[in-house]
Amino acid sequence: MDDMLHQVEPLIPALRRYARALMRDRASADDLVQDCLERAVSRWYQRRDGEVRAWLFTILHNLAVSQFRKAASRGQHVAIDETNEGHFGEAAAQEQKLIYQDVLTKLARLPEDQRAVLLLVAVEDLSYADAAKVLGIPVGTVMSRLSRARERLRQEIEGGAAAPTNVVSMRSGK
Amino acid sequence: MNHRPITEDDLHAYVDQALAPERRGEVAAYLDDHPEVAERITAFAGQRDLLRAALAPVAEEPLPAALNLAHIIESRRRRPSRFGWAIAAMLLLSIGGAGGWIMHGALQTSPGGLVALAQEATASYDVYAPDHVRPVEMRASDTAQLVQWVSGRLHQPVKVPDLATSGYRLMGGRLVATTHGPAAMFMYDDDHGSRIVVLTRPMNGTDEDAPMTPQAKGDVAGFAWADSGIGYSLVGQAPAESLRAVANEVRKQARAI
Repeated sequence: MDDMLHQVEPLIPALRRYARALMRDRASADDLVQDCLERAVSRWYQRRDGEVRAWLFTILHNLAVSQFRKAASRGQHVAIDETNEGHFGEAAAQEQKLIYQDVLTKLARLPEDQRAVLLLVAVEDLSYADAAKVLGIPVGTVMSRLSRARERLRQEIEGGAAAPTNVVSMRSGK
Repeated sequence: MNHRPITEDDLHAYVDQALAPERRGEVAAYLDDHPEVAERITAFAGQRDLLRAALAPVAEEPLPAALNLAHIIESRRRRPSRFGWAIAAMLLLSIGGAGGWIMHGALQTSPGGLVALAQEATASYDVYAPDHVRPVEMRASDTAQLVQWVSGRLHQPVKVPDLATSGYRLMGGRLVATTHGPAAMFMYDDDHGSRIVVLTRPMNGTDEDAPMTPQAKGDVAGFAWADSGIGYSLVGQAPAESLRAVANEVRKQARAI
């Protein structure tokens, strides 16, 4: 288990970052990470592949997806517009903070599968092959989703300059 | 010069800094010649930087207590196990070499006893450990069913040894045939892919209680013993002393029923 501690502990901040970017809520993101770590501990010796990082992100991602499904089936939206703004960019200057919030808000408007690819590749530095493993899709699909995600985010950023930055209309259900 | 055509994938890999230097140079040259593509790629790179910067503070926050991994591991360890511990265990860790266990010590009592058990373990190891397709019939993820299966066939409660503390994780197991009836075989590997096998079966009246006895052949070492009518054997290529520690762990768990 020492081995596990050494390999997994340094990755927890990245897991939190990914969970936070998906959930946009500190408490539910950390709950997800905790759940992920508990599963990792119980399955550590059943892990077949060497790459711990991709394995952990796979567990976390699957938990996030089932969370989204549950929320969707309850007709709830993911808590995008209830984000506590203080959760992001606390260390940054105020205007920098607004810019950061703005891009995260725009990111949140992307479809969930595109958002996941973009975060895994561009923020978490997973290889395309590892991202494919995490998402359970072929590498070709990773590339096409990545392309769509970037294109769409670019349109959001370029077209959305005039839109209010801290009001989000992401409610899918009601 | 004959360049491979630039693909959309290349452009993304350029943004993600995932290209080999040579290809990176080719893409850069292409972008120099195609300003409208370059504009798009610059926007993508900007997004990437912005997202990374926006999310960086999250990874710098101190971890809350609930995410303290040492605590999570500790609370898991305290959870009682659901099965009784009765194991027939032979850990066979060896490379090929058709057999010939040399048993040291005083147990050459009968060919039906520990000697036979060790030979059976070797035979199973030789067949299954080098198998890259299906070394085990039931994987570790189906441990509960595996335990149920072999316990039923051995008419003994069998529990899979947990060798995590010794650095070996369970791959799975199977029932194997021996001239003394069915035996349960469990296979493990460590982080380097070295496999060990644990084989266990009832001793059927011979060597019902036998002390742990070392065995060795070439670079293959192992141990066999029996407790209350159940025989165990463990073999591997690791140094005998480290295998002894693993064997002791198996015996300890088997006795803690």
